[in-house]
Parts: sequence; structure tokens; C-alpha cells
Amino acid sequence: MIAFLLIALGTLGTAAVALSLRNLIHSALLLIASWAGIAAFYLWAGAEFVAFAQVLVYVGAVSMVVLFAVLLTRRSREDLAIARESIGRAIGALIVGGAVLGVLALAVISTPLATAPEASPPAATVHTLGLQLMGPHAAALLIVGLLLTVALLGAIVIASTDTPEKTKNTT
Amino acid sequence: MTVHFPIVAASVSEWIARPFLPLVTAVPDSQLSALNAQLPPTLSFSLSTAAPSRADALLERFPLVLRDLLTGWLPEPLRWLLNSLLAIVAILAIFGLLFAFLTLAERKILGRIQNRPGPNRTPLPFTKLRFFGLAQPFADGVKALTKEDVIPLGADRVLHYLAPVALLAFSILTFAVIPFGRNLVPLELDAAVLYFFAAGAATELAVFMAGWASRNKYSLLAAMRALAQLISYELPLLLSFVPVILIAGSLSTTAIVAHQGGWHWGFIPNWHVLTPWGFAGFVIFMVAALAESNRSPFDLPEAESELIAGHLTEYSGFKYALFFMAEYFGMCALSGMAVTLFLGGWQAPLPFLEIIPSFVWFGLKLITLLLGFIWIRATFPRLRIDQLTRFAWKFLVPLALINLANTAVWSLTSGWTGPLQLLRWALSIAIVVVPFVLLGRKLSAGVAPRTYRYA
Repeated sequence: MIAFLLIALGTLGTAAVALSLRNLIHSALLLIASWAGIAAFYLWAGAEFVAFAQVLVYVGAVSMVVLFAVLLTRRSREDLAIARESIGRAIGALIVGGAVLGVLALAVISTPLATAPEASPPAATVHTLGLQLMGPHAAALLIVGLLLTVALLGAIVIASTDTPEKTKNTT
Repeated sequence: MTVHFPIVAASVSEWIARPFLPLVTAVPDSQLSALNAQLPPTLSFSLSTAAPSRADALLERFPLVLRDLLTGWLPEPLRWLLNSLLAIVAILAIFGLLFAFLTLAERKILGRIQNRPGPNRTPLPFTKLRFFGLAQPFADGVKALTKEDVIPLGADRVLHYLAPVALLAFSILTFAVIPFGRNLVPLELDAAVLYFFAAGAATELAVFMAGWASRNKYSLLAAMRALAQLISYELPLLLSFVPVILIAGSLSTTAIVAHQGGWHWGFIPNWHVLTPWGFAGFVIFMVAALAESNRSPFDLPEAESELIAGHLTEYSGFKYALFFMAEYFGMCALSGMAVTLFLGGWQAPLPFLEIIPSFVWFGLKLITLLLGFIWIRATFPRLRIDQLTRFAWKFLVPLALINLANTAVWSLTSGWTGPLQLLRWALSIAIVVVPFVLLGRKLSAGVAPRTYRYA
């Protein structure tokens, strides 16, 4: 239980500091630490496959995308600091954050959770996990894969707006 | 794997059974484990002790016997802790020394290839014996420790300090799941291969931290290059070992090594590299590993002729040495993983050579691969960044995907015998070679072969 509290404290603490910092790169790195904290939580819960997948995907890949986005969209190092708060920004942030909180809270409340701890937790080896993913949950896996592919292609289409003629003129 | 002993059971029988503990967990034999589950925990070793023949050889057990001599008298939780600490100390000591002498070997071999002697001046301490400069790494170590630690004025001090530490920590983490010998796995994990690449993926972050925190345009350029390169080569690296998991049916490194045991006709080892898909996977893995460990010809992030020293530009003294240590550790870990996945791990190449203990075989294979890395560094020129990414996305990724399909065919046709076996091999080789040739011709059209004219 102490371990769980420490992990939760680390995850939430890094996330909170990431929110309050003015330096975008520091925020991004702390956000990555927060993701690693979630992986630690999975490990604590005994789901090692999910934990390693979380590290591989978030700490390894998504972090790169975030850092790339920050570095490519800022013109200079001084530009890295975020603009000061304004009323409009605060209202927007509250609305979006409140909406996310509402959706999550509704989802949590409407899910029937087992109140009593199970006598023996099911032994989820990688093998059984793989069989489950390829058998009963194959459709979900395929849909997620398709969704990600579409997102990737869409990102490339949005990013590559300049035509060959245009680049010829500019160079 | 948790078999809890009563504290009284630190007895002779457990002391004898202890070395075989990894074996029980390593063999994914459901029948044996089911039988073991029915027995009381203290008896469960009686089944496994009879099975291994080579594992009880004295040399094979030697590291474990040594460990148990040190910690065997302790009560259980403390003993587990001390055993883990001992494994960490052993890894740090062995790979630290390997790192020291690998730097020397690299400089000597590069020297010989470039027709110069390499470092040969350093005598042994307090003597005049030079021994081919064998003491050079220690002199370098003293130099790195005593040098001034320079931090640029505009640097991000915390990140500048954290980067080498994080890089080294993540590279050392990867050693935990590599089976160094028959009984020598520091950490037995069900998802060991995934753990390895998850820990390795985090090293990119450290390179970025170093480059960004230095506040130097060369460092920042290097960081961007490192990110682009590592994202590009993560994919072929991950795709190249999926076939191994497909065939071995497990993500556990011990199970993958166990799957490569035995010999065809008594002399051809069952290593994955000796199959068409395994060979293709091994080559792709090694190319991607070269890029992942920032080694030449993919050493763009620290390209000394363009970027001074890339992300290392603003580092000096011991932090600089830490970066190098991490680079060599990463190289060792990836080579160790290549040995585990494709080259049979600690398995001996021939049955009669099994008298040589397994960890020696692992070491020999590892050092062979590392020398290959050095040889490649001395031979190939550096790529350009566009060539680098194009090579990954247009060549390695498609080939790795095709190889995955090839492995599926191989797995489906495993029942073929007699002349059909020849057809299976021909089919598999064709699936490897034909796309390689076609893709290579298409990509190099108009570029290769080049004609060189000398003045």
C-alpha cells in the first residue's frame, strides 16, 4: 500500500509540476516521468506486460513526438516559455478539463467494480494475454490498428502541404 | 516464481537444489510445473534435479555455488536482496572491465586497420612494462576522473547533469534479462524481451536531454538527429525479432535460448540464425542495432567532422566518460540480445564442446559480435541523414515485414518432411532473397553502381 501511495504521489506530483512550469521542455520531460509513474503502477498491480508496453510506447515513442513537436514549432529558446494566463485561456482550460473529468468520472461510476478483493488474482501470462488479444478481442485490436494508421496517414497529409513547385520557388 | 521456504529450510537439501532453481522456471514445460505444483514446495526440486545433465557440471554451477557460499546462511528476504545485489555487482564489474578493454581493443584494431600502432605507451603502474598499452584504459579512467567538469554558463544545469546519469542507468537496466549462462539470468521475466526494448527505448530521451541542455547549436542539431534516427530504427529493430518470438512462442529470454538447444543430425545447431528467416532477421537486427547504439556508419548524432562531437560537445571529464560507458554498455546489451535471440544464447555450437561452460560460449559470441562492430566502424563511411532515414523506411522496414510473413510460412510448413523439406527451404530463401534484390535494385537505380575515377 505504501508503494502504491508513493507511485501515485510521484505520478500526480510530476504531472502537477509539469502543469505549473513555464518551460515547455521541462514540462514535457516531467510529463514523461509521469507516464513512467503510470508504468510503475501497472508493475505494482502485477501487469508487467502492460507496464513494459507503456514504457515502450510512451517513454520511448510518444515522448519523441512531443519533444519533436515542441522543438519544431518554437522559433527560439526564449519562445519556449508559455504565454501568461488570460481570462479566456483559463475559461477554455476549465471547460476542457471539466469535460474530460466528467467523462472519466461517469465512466468510473457506471462501471461495476468488484468491491471485495478476489481470492486469487488470475495469472495473466503473456501467452494468455496474446491468445485473448488474437481471439475474443481481435476485432478491437484491428480497429485500434486501423485508427492509428489513419491518424498517421492524416498527420502526414496535413504536414506535407507544400507542393514540389513551391519548394522550387523558395530555394 | 516464488517458492517460499520456511526459514528452517536453509538446509542442505535446499542448498543443493538452489542452483537448479532457474531451470525449473526456464523450461516452459507445463507438465513438469503442474507436477511440481502438486508436490509440497520443499519436494518440488526432486523432479527437476533429475532432468538436467549438463547443468550440474561443476564449472556450470560454479557462479551459483560461489554466490550461495556468500549468502546461503542468511534468512530468506535478506538473502534474496543480497543475491540481487550480488548479481548487480557482478554485471557492473564484468561489463565495466569489458568496457575498459573494449575501448582499448577498439583503438588498437582501428589503429591496425589504419596502419598505425594505436595506444602502446602506457606502462603498468610503477613499472616500465608496457604490454602493448594494456594499462591504457586505467590511465584514461584516472584522466577522466581528475579533469575539470565544465558546465556552460547558459546550460540547463539540472538536465545537463541528469543526461549522462539517465543514459547510463537505462543502458545498465537492459542487462537484467539477458541469460549469460545456463543458470545465470539476473532477472527471470515472462515479458523479458519487451522489458529489454522498453528500457533501451528510454536512452533516446537521455541523448535528447544532453543535446538540449547544453545550449549549443551543434548539440541541439545532434539531439534532433538522434531523435530522427532512433525513431526510424526502432521500427526495424522491433520488427526483426518478432519472427523469433513467433517461432519460440515466448517473450522470455530463457525460453528462447532453450528453444535453440539441440542439433540437427548431431552437428548442426538449432540456432535461429541458421534458418533463412533467422539469417535475414539477424542481419536486420544488427543493422538496426548499429543505428540504435549510434555506432558508425550511423554515428550521425556525434559526427565529429560536422558537429564537433554532437551532443557530447559541452561535456568534459567524467560525464564524457559516462556517455562513452553508456554507449559501450548499449552496444554490449544489444549484442547480447542478438546472441540470445539468433545465435543460440549460451548454447555450445557442437555437442562435444558442451564441456566448456555455457557462460564462456556466451562471452565468446558476444565478443565476436563486438569485434564485428569495431570492424564495421573501421570500414564504412558515414551516411547522410536523408540516406539514413530512407534506408530505414524504404528498405529495412519492408524487408522486416516480409521476413515476418516468411516466418509465418515457415511456422505453418513445419510439418513438411522428405523432399517437401527442400521445397520449404527453397521457398523461405526465395522470400528473403527476391525482395532484397528487387528492392535494392529499385532503390539504387540511377545511383549505383558508381564509377570512380582517380586522378
